[in-house]
Amino acid sequence: MTRYKMHLLVCGGTGCRASAADSITESLKESLQEHNLQDEVQVIMTGCFGFCEKGPIVKVLPDNTFYTEVKPDDTGEIVEEHLIKGRQVDRLLYEAPEGGKVKDSKHMDFYKKQIRIALRNCGFIDPENIDEYIARDGYFALGTVLSEMTPQQVIDQVKESGLRGRGGGGFPAGLKWEFAYKNQEQPKYVVCNADEGDPGAFMDRSILEGDPHAVLEAMAICGYATGADKGLIYIRAEYPLAIKRLKIAIEQAREYGMLGEGVFGTDFNFDVQLRYGAGAFVCGEETALIHSMEGERGEPTFKPPFPAESGYLGKPTNVNNVETYANVPVIINKGAGWFKKIGTEKSTGTKVFALAGKVNNVGLIEVPMGTTLREVIFEIGGGIKDGKKFKAVQTGGPSGGCLTEEHLDTPIDFDNLLAVGSMMGSGGMIVMDEDDCMVSVAKFFLEFTVEESCGKCAPCRVGNKRLHELLERITQGKAEKKDLQRLKNMCHVIADTSLCGLGQTAPSPVLSTMENFWNEYVAHVEDQRCPAGSCKDLMRYEIIPENCVGCTACARKCPVGAITGERKQVHEIDQDICIKCGACVDACKFDAVTIK
Amino acid sequence: MENVKLTIDNKQVEVPKGTTIYKAAKQVGIDIPVLCYMNLEDIGIENKPGGCRVCSVEVEGRKNLAPACATEVFDGMDVKTHTMRVINARRTVVEFILSDHPKDCLTCKKSGNCELQDLAVRLGIREIPGQEYAEMSTYKTDYSPSIVRELDKCIMCRRCESMCNDFQTVGALNAFNRGFDAAVAPAFEMDLQYSPCTYCGQCVAVCPTGALTEVDHSRDLIDAISDPNTTVVAQTAPAVRAALGEEFGQEPGTLVTGKMVSALRRLGFDYVFDTDFAADLTIMEEGTELLDRLKRHLDGDQDVKLPMLTSCCPAWVRFIEHHFPDMKDIPSSARSPQQMFGSIAKTYFADKIETKRENMVVVSIMPCLAKKYESQREEFSVEGNPDVDFSVSTRELAHLIREANFNLMDMPEEDFDRPMGESTGAGVIFGTTGGVIEAATRTAYEMHTGGNLDGNIDFEQLRGFEGIRKATVDFNGTPINIGIAHGLGNARKLLEAIRSGESEFHAIEIMACPGGCIGGGGQPLHHNDTTILKARQKAIYEEDKNKPIRKSHENPEIQTLYKEFLGEAMGEKAHELLHTNYFDISRKIEIS
Amino acid sequence: MGKIKSLEDLKKKKQDLQKKVDLREKADDAESYVQIKVGMATSGIASGAKEIYDFLVEALEKRNVEAVVTQAGDMGYSYAEPTIEVTKPGEEPVVFGYVTKDKADEIIERYIKRGELVDGILPQNYRTIDEE
Repeated sequence: MTRYKMHLLVCGGTGCRASAADSITESLKESLQEHNLQDEVQVIMTGCFGFCEKGPIVKVLPDNTFYTEVKPDDTGEIVEEHLIKGRQVDRLLYEAPEGGKVKDSKHMDFYKKQIRIALRNCGFIDPENIDEYIARDGYFALGTVLSEMTPQQVIDQVKESGLRGRGGGGFPAGLKWEFAYKNQEQPKYVVCNADEGDPGAFMDRSILEGDPHAVLEAMAICGYATGADKGLIYIRAEYPLAIKRLKIAIEQAREYGMLGEGVFGTDFNFDVQLRYGAGAFVCGEETALIHSMEGERGEPTFKPPFPAESGYLGKPTNVNNVETYANVPVIINKGAGWFKKIGTEKSTGTKVFALAGKVNNVGLIEVPMGTTLREVIFEIGGGIKDGKKFKAVQTGGPSGGCLTEEHLDTPIDFDNLLAVGSMMGSGGMIVMDEDDCMVSVAKFFLEFTVEESCGKCAPCRVGNKRLHELLERITQGKAEKKDLQRLKNMCHVIADTSLCGLGQTAPSPVLSTMENFWNEYVAHVEDQRCPAGSCKDLMRYEIIPENCVGCTACARKCPVGAITGERKQVHEIDQDICIKCGACVDACKFDAVTIK
Repeated sequence: MENVKLTIDNKQVEVPKGTTIYKAAKQVGIDIPVLCYMNLEDIGIENKPGGCRVCSVEVEGRKNLAPACATEVFDGMDVKTHTMRVINARRTVVEFILSDHPKDCLTCKKSGNCELQDLAVRLGIREIPGQEYAEMSTYKTDYSPSIVRELDKCIMCRRCESMCNDFQTVGALNAFNRGFDAAVAPAFEMDLQYSPCTYCGQCVAVCPTGALTEVDHSRDLIDAISDPNTTVVAQTAPAVRAALGEEFGQEPGTLVTGKMVSALRRLGFDYVFDTDFAADLTIMEEGTELLDRLKRHLDGDQDVKLPMLTSCCPAWVRFIEHHFPDMKDIPSSARSPQQMFGSIAKTYFADKIETKRENMVVVSIMPCLAKKYESQREEFSVEGNPDVDFSVSTRELAHLIREANFNLMDMPEEDFDRPMGESTGAGVIFGTTGGVIEAATRTAYEMHTGGNLDGNIDFEQLRGFEGIRKATVDFNGTPINIGIAHGLGNARKLLEAIRSGESEFHAIEIMACPGGCIGGGGQPLHHNDTTILKARQKAIYEEDKNKPIRKSHENPEIQTLYKEFLGEAMGEKAHELLHTNYFDISRKIEIS
Repeated sequence: MGKIKSLEDLKKKKQDLQKKVDLREKADDAESYVQIKVGMATSGIASGAKEIYDFLVEALEKRNVEAVVTQAGDMGYSYAEPTIEVTKPGEEPVVFGYVTKDKADEIIERYIKRGELVDGILPQNYRTIDEE
């Protein structure tokens, strides 16, 4: 085996691939050939590094140099300067928000606070090569379980670890396994929910792209523990790269006897198949997911019965999401005690978040439960973009709520987030700054749930639509004070009466913004004013007579002819015609146009 | 069965484990409002998607409200059905539903008979907040030969889906689209006529709003009667007389035969005849065919197809043509009574009264919506002139009678016109499941054995309400195995058994609707109460019992018809006028 | 590829495969290993730094020393090239000058493995490479 002296890891996550990770890999290899270094330096395309803000990423090992925003043209320089002359290519290094280039990933705030369990192999191994997974103790947990543990011991271990479902509800995984285990009916199914649907969330996709074997191994462990011999991964068809890597992984695992008949030479059989979803958010709900896999309309049904009683094809079924499974092999290998030490008492381990919005370091992070929002946003996330002021953070995607300044020091875990009116959800985290109107934010999330409602129950099908319409009226300044009361009532009824979690939590963004930003709602309704200055319909462009010199520049730029005035006379904007495009502001050299 | 004790509105209730809150509440006289919920107990169909949330109630210790129709009780459960939280939620949810429902109640076919309207009345809804800027769903209206779909009025209760998929296994209706745009329609939003729909009308029978209704022919009827140059002939199906009274406040099971006849005369029909006459004719043809097939079978003829299936039900015929086209040679080739009637009326009777068929309009009064479609089938017309011009349902007739300002119950009792108004008890029982095969048995038995049944003509073993029934009738030493199914899902089971060669039946009767024609899609709405169907069934057997003649072959007018006009049963003329072929329509439907 | 029939099989396989990710795992946790930086600026390469780098990588492996060898730019000691900086876990970095293969061998054997002092240590000018 060739012993490489250096490794070049190229991020092969969907984001970086979209911006040319493939051609970067190719041209790196070409450059190495040119300098006859192909036997000394190995180029590996890995899963996502998480630091998507500055992709594509190339990491040089062993010195951990972290090159950002690399273009295929930069590869020659990396080879010649760094690999041959030992000089880092300064211009490609990450620049910290406070200034200064950072030499290697060890010194990046983004990575300092992270502990990677679910993402342990993402950005580290070649996901298309089972050998690399095995070199990282892959399939050890499965081997251990099959040769040394009873199903009950496995379940006890998972229960003991305190692992809770990472998909949204936070139900204890071990308990779920036990329900399926205790149901005697056969066959049983192990289902992996890879129907990640929150806007901006991509943790499951990254795990599947970066470490597919971890999920397969965990599903096999779950199969052994619950007594199932069939595994199904419900994955959205919009994840072609994850699907491709899963297919490769399944093939390789079968070749090695890690899946299929007689796993590890024992009499345990377990195989995994893929089922494709069309990308409906509601299919993240486990009953809807199961119906969709059965070929039925993807809509939820009343629970009980729970899937452990009557799931796929009416058989006992255990459903966990990708991230939950990804934790399992580590729990088996390192022990429940080790796992429990990370995180908080009731929420053990780590959680992966997709950090997005007005934060400097957008990307995928994994932190111990109990890390505060402040640490995540200001340390890992590098604070708010463009030096603006932090306003709120939405956790839990469209089902969660908006948290404010006062919640920044709340340690993040399942129960704390619920207590302050939000939820963990699958781990979306969207940061908002002072320019964000909270009514519009609520409206944005509602728009999503209205689109994604399956339409089965009336409060979600019609109620959320009406909620959205009323929010629209508020942002247009057309609502009255009494409408706010009605808005609140609709929210409560929808939460109180909807059939599934999607509908029950759909009003959360509205309720939490009303709770935390009541004055903003009142301002829209009573003063027809948007305090953040973001609601177009409530803006007024006006000309300050003192500043206007009558140069006609604004009138000439106005696309709808809303500005009138004689040359050298003060101009005027007709509010009925104005479309609030802002062209006049840009055109005016005398600061004579103001936005009210 | 284990019992659980619970409290509903402070009342103690004890019910078997597994009971829902809704049913437990009923037991102590609390009627929780429901909308999407439907329980057709006698045919084993319970629709409880938990979709409308109108039945939401408060359960102590539960985070959100529980749908009473779908939530099972548990020991010590404390349920409140009338707290302000519940009342507010219920009203808000109904306001939501109404906010996306057309407000054209005045001209809606279901006005006065609409469960959504009733609910709005019951809850005292006076305004829909925000209606002025609320977007409404709009869909195109779909007119098929039998059924009109106005999806704007669909409230996603899914009852039609339960009937179409679970009970009938037809699969013509399914939810489509998501969220606010969701509604129920054939796949790819096709028109119903291009779907596998059989026009059985069970979707219409359970639709709580005006989203699914019958094609209305009352305007055509008024036009026909108003035309002085047209002879308008009525035929009334047996099941109509057992249900029409309900539309005029009578108890289910009230027979109104004579009053119906006089009402039709007052409306201006020139002749009021009975489809039962044609039912007797059907027995002559179908019975003869059965005996012929049986005889050949007993003689060892390998080519003969058995069992023979009845062919009176047009929805059932369309079902086999679509879903089992490989078996389309199994049903009897005899036309349905409606079509036999039309065919004879426009030949034999038209000759008698010296009228041309072009000047005669034959109208059938049917409990059925599929009959509207059947009358339009091409093979049942001569040079573009249909044997039956159109078919109106029991409900449409009731509307007409009310419109004419008659009270049906004040009408005198009158008898049908002759000759096509003469019928036997055998013709009457066509209206219920098991009736056709019992009528056929009465005639076939006597024809086959040459004996006389005398008074022993009540074949009780063929009667009942079970979905699939089996009986063996001893034809003087030859045991004849008879199968009966009502509901196409049950029919499918028997057909699959035939296909796989497991069936031992000689004859099978199939009716598409629950209970047979008495539960047809054109009948007065049962509003989820299937005991109404059973009462109608009882009335049908009552009418049979009261008939002086109870065997089809003893109908004197039938005997005259053969003597004067048709000749032999299954003879050449009979073949031309009274028999038909079936077609494979499975591909046609899929492609178009 | 054959099937893995037991946990033992898997362990054996892993041992063979370990080298694949060894370098990455050590880099990830570099502080726990001996870190050696080889000055590789133009002047360093001219004076044979590349050969020293290659030699170190091989020699360390041969002697079973868990170490991370990286390249570095100009270390600021051009007069004494080739230079290497050795950091043992938990200790201050030490820079050696005029490193030949023999010298490198001695550094590994005596300084790294046994902790003895070796000639050729350059006076620290109080900055490590990272602090440049």
